[in-house]
Amino acid sequence: MTTIDTHATSAAPAGARLASVADWVTTTDHKKIGRLYLGASGISLLGAVVVAALLAFERTDAAGTALPVNSLTQLFSVYRFGLTYMVMLPLMIGAALCVVPLQLGARSLAFPRMAATGFWAWFIGSVLAIVAIAANGGPNGGNARFVDLFTLASALALVGLLASAVSLATSILTTRAPGMNMRRVPWFSWSVLVMCVTILVALPVVIGTLLYLYVAHKYPSLSDLNGNRAIGEWAGFGFTQPTTILFAIPVFGVLAETVATSTHARLKPRGAIFAAIGLIGTAMYGAAVQAPVVIRAGFSSLTGNEKVSDLLPFAIVHVLPLLGAFLALALTAQGLKRKPTVNAPLVFALFAALLAVLGAAASALGNIGDAGLAGTTFEEGTWLALVYAAVLAGMGAVAFWGPKLWGRSMPLKATLPLGLLAFAGAALASVPMMIAGFADQPGGVFPAVEQGVPGAVLFDYSGPSALWNFLSLGGHVLVLLSALAFIALALRSFSKGDQVGDDPWDGQTLEWGTTSPAPEHNFAAIHVVQSPEPLLDLKPSNRSDA
Amino acid sequence: MLALPSAPAPEPRRQILVGTALVVAAAASLVGGMTALFLRFRSVTIDNGELWVPKDVKFSMVGANVMWITLLPLCIFAQWAIYAAKRGDRAHTGVALGLSGLMALAFINGQAFIYATTKMPVNLGTYSVMFYSLTGVVLLLAVVGLGFTVVTAFRYLGGRTSDREVVSAHALYWYAFAAVFTVVWFVVYVTK
Repeated sequence: MTTIDTHATSAAPAGARLASVADWVTTTDHKKIGRLYLGASGISLLGAVVVAALLAFERTDAAGTALPVNSLTQLFSVYRFGLTYMVMLPLMIGAALCVVPLQLGARSLAFPRMAATGFWAWFIGSVLAIVAIAANGGPNGGNARFVDLFTLASALALVGLLASAVSLATSILTTRAPGMNMRRVPWFSWSVLVMCVTILVALPVVIGTLLYLYVAHKYPSLSDLNGNRAIGEWAGFGFTQPTTILFAIPVFGVLAETVATSTHARLKPRGAIFAAIGLIGTAMYGAAVQAPVVIRAGFSSLTGNEKVSDLLPFAIVHVLPLLGAFLALALTAQGLKRKPTVNAPLVFALFAALLAVLGAAASALGNIGDAGLAGTTFEEGTWLALVYAAVLAGMGAVAFWGPKLWGRSMPLKATLPLGLLAFAGAALASVPMMIAGFADQPGGVFPAVEQGVPGAVLFDYSGPSALWNFLSLGGHVLVLLSALAFIALALRSFSKGDQVGDDPWDGQTLEWGTTSPAPEHNFAAIHVVQSPEPLLDLKPSNRSDA
Repeated sequence: MLALPSAPAPEPRRQILVGTALVVAAAASLVGGMTALFLRFRSVTIDNGELWVPKDVKFSMVGANVMWITLLPLCIFAQWAIYAAKRGDRAHTGVALGLSGLMALAFINGQAFIYATTKMPVNLGTYSVMFYSLTGVVLLLAVVGLGFTVVTAFRYLGGRTSDREVVSAHALYWYAFAAVFTVVWFVVYVTK
């Protein structure tokens, strides 16, 4: 039996608060480390989306007087660094740390101290990076000491995330329950493994570049790597596509899990969906080459060899991830033909996957030279689609696995509309930026600022140029509102909400076989697994495909 | 509550070895990325008809070659530690790990010798920045490896003689380090 009764809880005595804090700081319980990541990235999400809304508001004003010109580059850095490395990736890693060992039937995470150290390194590095940006450091910053601090702090944050990724990947490779071969690994765990392995290849390249930039800036010389603007120029590939596509890979794992449980059937074809999720990982080569992989403008006038030398890397870095994302969505969505029980996590995950596919497609399109989208807000729209895909998937993961972590559930009627609202906001924030990119609205750190012209908008367009920026602003505001409401609802539900049973979703994988909330060591006994859906095997009477 | 068939806890599946392999892959990616950027800047500089290595900068090739050669016995000693540990030969395992640590120290000393004799300021230009950054990261990885050797030796000699996996992981680290340094040695010191 898997029963361990951990439902009984009582308020800790007042004197035990310090011990409780110390317990959280020094914890090696994967569920607590994951919740630390989720909490910190949730707070970061609110801050970063506020900054995103401020910048979008600035864009709606052609005169650009809404925000002080001097603060625009700092705000842009917070926006970019914040949403990528303080929200997107840590949210996915946090959800994975909470869930993956439970899915694997493991009693603990591999190298839990490394994962905990990774969290604190990421947390301290991120806070220092934001402090550095606020003190006029960071990319394009004017204070040399704080520019140095930003490069080192962001490298530390990335090292922390990598440490947690090593812990996760090792867990998936070595701590699976007996009988759980790699083909039987749950969907989410597989997607996390692909993400972890690919970021272990991609992120060290970003860290290496940041180290070069630090040394070049710390010891100024006539070097191309020197200067505050070199950070964006040389390390920028770590903050854009295709690197960010890697961080969105678990979106498809969350989708597959929610589709399988909501249809109460085995999701097939397993091998093809695994391969499709794996294919997205080829985007890691984009980070490895440290430069945009593009099809040059004037493609038709290139020679045959030049065409091949453009097309081959483009296919690996952009087309294969897009194909993988599309196939993962299409094959998983096939399962929805079985009339699913609509629930909030499914809605969040489905919309998240749609945004991720949109992001992958836009990433490919944006790197076709003849499309003329380089240097425009199209790239920012693409990045936003991927970032918000991860945010929606993170919300879906919390709504789905929250009962297993807290023993209480979020109310369906209140959570489901938030999924629709968040998706509407994400689509509004990203798609208009892509359209404005087609109208040549400049992207990156506002060029108007760099040219000494007050004003964030500097593009000549006969259409309604302000419309797209207004829509994008509205999108960020909707995302902010839905995130605020979701966090408030989650806090309320998981502390005072209805207690749930151990298997509230009629789940298929091992995490639903232990008590809710899961005890410290997850399972009272080690289970033998004979199929990818071990819990489904035990309840064949109501399964059409059993 | 559902009843699932249960089983005794499975044997550990080479957790330290797998974790080390993943860390080594990340380290290789770190040095590989930095080396690629080094080559890119070198190529651009040379294509512009400029000198990549500043005129007055001279390396001790003897020092660089000794560093590289040091890694050969280091790998052999690391493998010897595995061989001895498999046979439960505590004394030979200790000697092999001690010699591995000694070779790692010699490697670190070789890098310090090159820094001391080259006397190149860090702020000389792009080359000096990249040289110190790249070799500095390799030096850091060597220090980490030395720490790994010390930890392995203490664990094994402290009585955990059945814990042979850590000895294998230790050897894996040094093999990978030797491969990574061979690339850096060829790019930075041989072809410059």
